[in-house]
Parts: sequence; C-alpha cells; structure tokens
Amino acid sequence: MAFEGLTARLQNVFGKLKGRGKLSEDDVGEAMREVRLALLEADVNFKVVKEFIAKVKEKAVGQEVMKSFTPGMVVVDIVNKELTELMGGTQAKLAKANKPPTVVLLAGLQGAGKTTLTGKLAKLLQSQNHKPLLVAADIYRPAAIKQLQVLGEQIGAPVFELGTAVNPVEIAKQGLQLAKEQGNDYVLIDTAGRLQIDEALMDEIKNIHDAVHPDEVLLVVDAMTGQEAVNVAQSFHEKLALTGVVLTKLDGDTRGGAALSVKAVTGCPIKFASTGEKIDQLEPFHPDRMASRILGMGDMLSLIEKAQANIDVDKAAEMERKMRTAEFTLEDFLDQMEQVRKMGPLDQLLDMMPGMGKLKSTPGFKVDEKQISRTEAIVKSMTGREKKKPDIINFSRRKRIAAGSGTTVADVNRLLKQFEDMKKMMKQFSGLMGPGGKGPKGGMKAMKNMLGKGGMKFPF
Amino acid sequence: MSFFKRLKESIASKTDAVTNKFKEGLSKTRNVFTDRVIELFTRRQKIDEVFFEELEEILIGADVGVNTVMALIEELRVEVKKRKIEQPSELQPILSEKLMDMLRGSGEDAGLRTNADGITVILFVGVNGVGKTTTIGKLAWRLKQQGKSVLMAAGDTFRAGAIEQLEAWGQRVGVDVIRQEAGSDPAAVMFDAVREAKRRSVDVLLCDTAGRLQNKVNLMEELAKIHRVIQREIPGAPHETLLVLDAATGQNALQQAKLFGEKSGVTGLVLTKLDGTAKGGIVIAIRGEMSLPVKFVGLGEQIDDLQEFDAEQFVHALFAGMAAGEDSETSPE
Repeated sequence: MAFEGLTARLQNVFGKLKGRGKLSEDDVGEAMREVRLALLEADVNFKVVKEFIAKVKEKAVGQEVMKSFTPGMVVVDIVNKELTELMGGTQAKLAKANKPPTVVLLAGLQGAGKTTLTGKLAKLLQSQNHKPLLVAADIYRPAAIKQLQVLGEQIGAPVFELGTAVNPVEIAKQGLQLAKEQGNDYVLIDTAGRLQIDEALMDEIKNIHDAVHPDEVLLVVDAMTGQEAVNVAQSFHEKLALTGVVLTKLDGDTRGGAALSVKAVTGCPIKFASTGEKIDQLEPFHPDRMASRILGMGDMLSLIEKAQANIDVDKAAEMERKMRTAEFTLEDFLDQMEQVRKMGPLDQLLDMMPGMGKLKSTPGFKVDEKQISRTEAIVKSMTGREKKKPDIINFSRRKRIAAGSGTTVADVNRLLKQFEDMKKMMKQFSGLMGPGGKGPKGGMKAMKNMLGKGGMKFPF
Repeated sequence: MSFFKRLKESIASKTDAVTNKFKEGLSKTRNVFTDRVIELFTRRQKIDEVFFEELEEILIGADVGVNTVMALIEELRVEVKKRKIEQPSELQPILSEKLMDMLRGSGEDAGLRTNADGITVILFVGVNGVGKTTTIGKLAWRLKQQGKSVLMAAGDTFRAGAIEQLEAWGQRVGVDVIRQEAGSDPAAVMFDAVREAKRRSVDVLLCDTAGRLQNKVNLMEELAKIHRVIQREIPGAPHETLLVLDAATGQNALQQAKLFGEKSGVTGLVLTKLDGTAKGGIVIAIRGEMSLPVKFVGLGEQIDDLQEFDAEQFVHALFAGMAAGEDSETSPE
C-alpha cells in the first residue's frame, strides 16, 4: 500500500531517537535531516518539506522535549501532529447544496482517473440513498463517453451525453437542467483531462464552472504524481477555486508525497482516496489516521469501521473486545476469519495494523488468500474442545486433524504455533488500544517487541 | 569548443521539424527548470554550501530524485575541487554535460528493435492512466507513415471503454483492431491477434494491455502470462516490451520500471505527457538508476506528437536558454 517506503524510513529514524534519555539539539537536527530526505524521496514537494521540517524543529527543540523522560516519543508525537495538520487536520465531507441538485465538477490531468472516480463517487452516493446523474463532458478522448456509460450501467445510474460534437459547456448546462427535471439530487460532471498549462482547455473548464456554479470542485490527483503535483494543484486552484482533492491509485506502492503536498499548497482538503480497481473502492480520507499509518502506528479505527460496515455491530464490538483482551480461541478465530474475509483484500487490512507495513516488507512474506481456506479446513477439523483449548491437541489429535483437513501434521503444527504467536501479538496491541496505553508510546512498544521477533509470520 | 556549440552543431544536422517539436513540447519544462538553474548560476557569485543546497533543491524539484541528485552533486563537488573552479558560471557546462551523459546512458540504440524476417511484436505495459492506448494509436500512425502494415490487439479487456478507445484510434489511423468482448482473457486476445498477424503477415503487431499497479501480484502474473503466450506463438517475441510512464510521475516510476521489468522483461520506456511543466527530471532519474533506454516521448495531444527520444534533442531543448546565453558571450552576432 502507499506510504510503505516512507513508513519504513521514518521508523528507522525514530528508532534511533527512541531509546535516548536525553536529546541534544544536534540529535534532533540529525533526525530531521533524515526525515527531510525521507519526505523528499516520497515526492513531497521540496518547499513543503522545508516548512514542515522548520515547524517540527521549532517545536522539537523546545523545553518540553528536553525535560521529558522520553524525548524521542515526544518528537514522534510532534511529527504525527504536524503530519496530520499537513494533510488537513480533520476529515472533510462532500458538500451538499441547500437546494438540490448538488453539482460536483471533476477536474484533473489526463489519466488521473476522473472518469473511474465519477463512477465510484456515484456508487458511494447511491449507497447513501442519493440519486446521482452522471454527465459525460469529455468529448476529446476516444471512447471516454462510452467508458462513463459502461460505469453508469454497472451501478444503475443514469448517464447524460450529447455525443462528441457538442460543446462541453452546453453538455454540462443541459445535464444540470435534466437533473432538475428528473429530480436527481447530485450531478457529477466528468470533464476531459487537461494540462494546467493548456490555456484553451483551462478556459473551457472555467466556462463550464461559470455555467453550472458547482457546489463542489474536486481535483483528481494521481497519488504517484511527483513534484509536479503542486504546480497542477495550484494552477487548477487559481482557475477554478477548488473545494477539495481526491487521491487516486493510492493502492499502489507509491510513497504518496502528493497527498502531503496538495493540501499544504492549495489549502483544499483531501476528501476521498481511491484504493482499488473495483467500483466500491473509494474511501473518505482521514488525515489523522493516514498520519498514524505513515508513522507505522497502524489505523485500528479504519479497521474497526470496516468491520462494522461488514459485520453486525454486536459481533464487531465482541471482536474488538476479544482482540483487545487477547482472550480468543480457535473457534473465534475461525468465526472471525470468515468475517474478516468479507472486509476486503487481506493485504489492505494488514496495512491498518500497527507495524504490519514492516512485517510485509520482510522477504518471503506473502499474503496468500488460498492459505486461508487451508487454515479454515484445519480449524474445522478440530473438535469443539480442541478449538477452545488448543493445549490438549497432542500428536494423535494432530494426525487426525491433518487427515480430516487434507493437510499434513506440519501444517497443523504451523497453524497452532502461529495462533500462539498471534495471541501474544494481540496482547501487545492491547497496550495500544486499551484506555491507559493510548498514544504513540504503547504503539511503539508493541512494534518494538514485534519487530524483535524477526521472521515471524502472520497467522493466516 | 564549448559543450553547447558541439551540441548545436550536432543538432543542426537534424531536421527542423523534429527539433521544433521537442522545443515546443518542452517549452514549459524548460521555463521552470532551466530558468531556475540559470537564475541560480548568475545570482550566486561563489560556489559554497548554500549554492549546492539550492542546486539540489532545483534538481529534486524537477523530480530527478534524491539518490541521483546526491550522486550528481557529489560529482560536481569533486570537479570543483579538481579543476579549482570558483565561479558558478564555470560549473554550468559541466552540469549540463553530466546530465546529458546520464540521459544518453551507455549508448545502446534508441530505435525500435525489429524482427528482420517476420512480424515485429511490441507489447505495451504500465500503470493505469499513463497513456498506453493513446501511445499505441500514435505509434500505429507513425508506423503507417513509414509504409508498414500494422495490426493492433485490444488487450485491455478490463477498463470500461478501453476496447472502444483503441478501435476509435484504429479508425482514425486506418489500422485493424483484433478484439474480444470486454472481460475476456487478455492472453486469449493476444493469441488471436498473433494468429491473425501471422495469417495477414503484417509487419508490426502492437499489443495493448490493461493498466495495472505494479504491486498487484495477480495482475502482474496475468502480464507474465500474456508475455508467455506471445513468446510461444512467435519465438523471440515480443521484440519490444515498452513500459509507458507518465512524465508527471515521481519517484514511483523507478519502482514501476523495476517491477514491470521483472514480470514482463521491459526493454524500453515511453515517456508520455512531457508537454506539461517541470518534467525533465524523471528521465534523468530513470537513466541514472536503470539501464533502460527511453524510446519515445509524447510531446503533445496531436497524432504526430509521439517522437523518438533523442538525448541530444532533449538536452538542447531543455537548455536552450543556457546555450543562447553562452552563444551571446562567445559569438557577438
């Protein structure tokens, strides 16, 4: 997932700071030089990096840090807060017009993913019981209209188009008119990709803007964009007065510097992030959670939210409690494995767990969905008592379980060993999630312990 | 003779039309990147830490990438010591020359590898939205202009409207497209296309594929399969596997080059959308860290805006301002 490389580098830097009882100004300076390089390598705009480092430094050499018993932690905490701030502080929601329909204009460079996003956004709105109308105003790219029509068909949303011979401004106007007549409460206008320096096309989108007075102007930005992201955002902002940004292709292995830069430059919040090729893979963007993911502290909140969306509430609460108190049996394990699978691709879920980014980058670590089915078979071949008390599983039981599940005794052994490891790990998480141990301290501790184990494998 | 003079003379032998394409396409890149370099070299009177730091920022700002920039700056430091350079203006041609060396690489041929006795198969790969289909359309036009018979394979069966997009290009340039229904197995499309290409004995087969992020294991395996199918049908094919990169991409481009290289044996790069701003850098970064040659660059939206990459043209266009500055000093015309 995105930011992985950045996370690994930052963890290295902070690892060096953590153990220290005292931090001199030089120590902080040294760490900040490395943070600077890490951010630059991640494509964060160099101007943004400069300001960011200056801010963190100013706070980090202050009295509070020097007096603290764990100055390293305080520095990490400062970085965490500043990162959150850099990405916009709090989550920003999609605008809603007082008098429907709400008009959303999508703009961006070629290939950023506007058309796909239009479909995804419509799908998201539908799931909130809205009735979006899609307007195909990209008359330049061959088959762009067709693409939007196919997407509209997939999700059952109407698509308005006038072919490629009509001016996009006119298309947008008529689309809006149609939405009013039909009673659609959202109008999503897909526009052609354009370079921010292409004056003719920039004027065209300005004209569309003036004709429909959008309530929301979203800039679609490819998360892999380099230093250029800032120029793009700035130019579009000057022309169109953006109200928000959407990051696409965030499921790649980009270090995602664009995410950190665009907010700083335009002041526009990142409203959504697109995390996969499927039409429902669009998520609201939470700066605080993203910051903690970047720092390798995981994102249990999103994980639990995902669980809540896919699992009934009681079970989610139970799961959270069990994960927290680490009192969970193979039976729960099986039960939850099925639930977890509903939540989405495993590797994405893993990213939300503290320290998992690092684990994933260990050589030989692979998330294998088929392995889950095998694990399931093994657990299902156990008796009720065995599931509750894995300690009683002796060799002859292992042999029976292996035969019953079509695996080998070695597979069963591995699962049991991994289950033990997992329980230990959950105990460590409890320090992070329990009321007392909240904040980076607990997380860092858990991470340190986990990393100490080196080649440990995730139980699945 | 000065570096820029030599460069100019070598350019003079090339056609004006191509030079102008590069110049126009890169005008924005030039303005942002070169202006800043020139400004730095004229403003600073001394070569010191602050000077190097500013130069570092400009290069990083152009997406040259931290590693490459660090190495480059280090080399410049050595040169400064060795040649006892004090004035920034003396360092300027050295910087240009170093950049050009990096762009040129080890001098492997920039042209397309072709199959002398049969069909040349070119496979296009890349992440989503970089411009693979558009590049194929433009290249088909280019090859047709050269009098070659061309066939295109609609291997992007995933993205909505992708097949139609390639077909629209086919109509525009007068080239047939081999396709199946959306959602079908792309390897099967390739199989059909190769068979058809053989039957018609065309010169070139251009294969489109769906965009995929390089960290998606299954999708990358699919690409490996496509590669195998083509190879099985025509030994030695694909003769070129071109990774299409968006010039606005940051350091992730290196990762893309690496992972696509592993799965599909990338032989060269196509750099698209180079007509935006501040975009020379990524080419230098890729050249600095990989041995992949840049084969084509996309310099605009027109059908003839795909050009063969030429390090000399590129640097000339990029540093046109600098060269002019030096000209006026040496030859008072």
